[in-house]
Amino acid sequence: MVSAIIYFTVFLIVGIIVVAAMLGASKLLQTRQPTQAKLDTYECGVPNITGDPRIQFKIHYYIFGLLLVIFDVEMLFIFPWAVVFKSLGLFAFVEMLIFIAILVLGLFYAWRKGVLKWV
Amino acid sequence: MLSSSSLLQFASHNGMPIWVLNTSIALIMSLVVFALCGLGVLILVYMERKVAADMQLRWGPMHVGWHGVLQLIADSVKLLSKEDIFPRNADRWIFRLAPVLVFLPAFIGLMVMPIGPHLVVQDLNVGLLYVLAVPAIGVAGVIMAGFGSYNKYAILGSLRSAAQMVSYEVPRALSILGVVMIAGSAKLTAIVGTQHAWYIFLQPIGFVVFLVSTLAETNRVPFDLPETESELVNGYHTEYSGTRFLFFLFGEYIALIAGSALAVVLFLGGWHGPGPEFLAPVWFLIKMFAIIYLAMWIRWTLPRFRIDQVMDLGWKVLLPLALLNVLITGLIMVL
Repeated sequence: MVSAIIYFTVFLIVGIIVVAAMLGASKLLQTRQPTQAKLDTYECGVPNITGDPRIQFKIHYYIFGLLLVIFDVEMLFIFPWAVVFKSLGLFAFVEMLIFIAILVLGLFYAWRKGVLKWV
Repeated sequence: MLSSSSLLQFASHNGMPIWVLNTSIALIMSLVVFALCGLGVLILVYMERKVAADMQLRWGPMHVGWHGVLQLIADSVKLLSKEDIFPRNADRWIFRLAPVLVFLPAFIGLMVMPIGPHLVVQDLNVGLLYVLAVPAIGVAGVIMAGFGSYNKYAILGSLRSAAQMVSYEVPRALSILGVVMIAGSAKLTAIVGTQHAWYIFLQPIGFVVFLVSTLAETNRVPFDLPETESELVNGYHTEYSGTRFLFFLFGEYIALIAGSALAVVLFLGGWHGPGPEFLAPVWFLIKMFAIIYLAMWIRWTLPRFRIDQVMDLGWKVLLPLALLNVLITGLIMVL
């Protein structure tokens, strides 16, 4: 367990160092000549007419995020069950069946309410 | 890691603290994995261009080196020496951090991938969860890239990407459950170890769901909604150039490598194959490249989905299918 943490940390640090080295190398290699047109926000070649692009976006993105939270937690809950499933047998299977049925009911409810419909 | 136990014994005999040895091995391993990553990405980009050319009856890169093999080295030098453009309106720090955050999780996620019986950097008990969870952090990088660029195409692309990755995360994880139930472990080497018959034959539904959602997770055609070049210019990396663009490329191809490697580990018997044991990594690579070729084949033959079709497929088809798969597997195992 401790060695796993050491490995993870070393990988993270090495990754950061390699990224920094590549960015540094590219800084040495490249020439910088920023011009007005280059620094403009790209809009297919015409001057920027959109203004602030951070507009309101559709509520759907948020709702799908909520659905993910529900089902990802469910997934995390089922994983340990799946690992030991062989030794648990029928009882655990029926229990998980009830759990999944409740969630499927939720999904079906969202479906009927039109949450999954992208308009 | 290979033969690390004998090295640890050696260390304790010579009075070297174990963490020093551990750290130095980890250092070497991480550099090796990075080098392999770089090589893999180069091979994949070359392969992608050649496969694309082949499907469209063209030659592809031919001029630099024998059949264009050196083209990619030329390309990466070109990308490294290109000017980094920071758009005037971009949020400086978010814009700079985003490509790193796309690349790093993909790289760290490779830590648990077993390519041979003892060829694995760290064999975690929760390897499967690790390999699902860590690369998923890359979504944050994609969203940051969109919001940092201050560009309408980038923002639309990043929002789509977030919605899509979020939607396919669920069926992808659920499709694996059947394999975990049969193998009785979430350790990747243990899953391969129990695969005397490939799990693709025991879990055909799981395999299909996993493959489709992996394609969606890695933003490959037909699910490349985040970067549809005909509507969103280039999606979330519209404003990026030079080295930072290279990191996005890296992240994407490493994700493809990791996805196909995971498919091989879970469904195609990992390193198992005829012949002596030292051929194990070769078998693994052959299977992995077969899956990668399949992904490229799909990319160059199928048109792109619309966003509503992508969402429908994820939530209304793949998710129920994955749950059904868990149900059937459980039922068969209980009876």
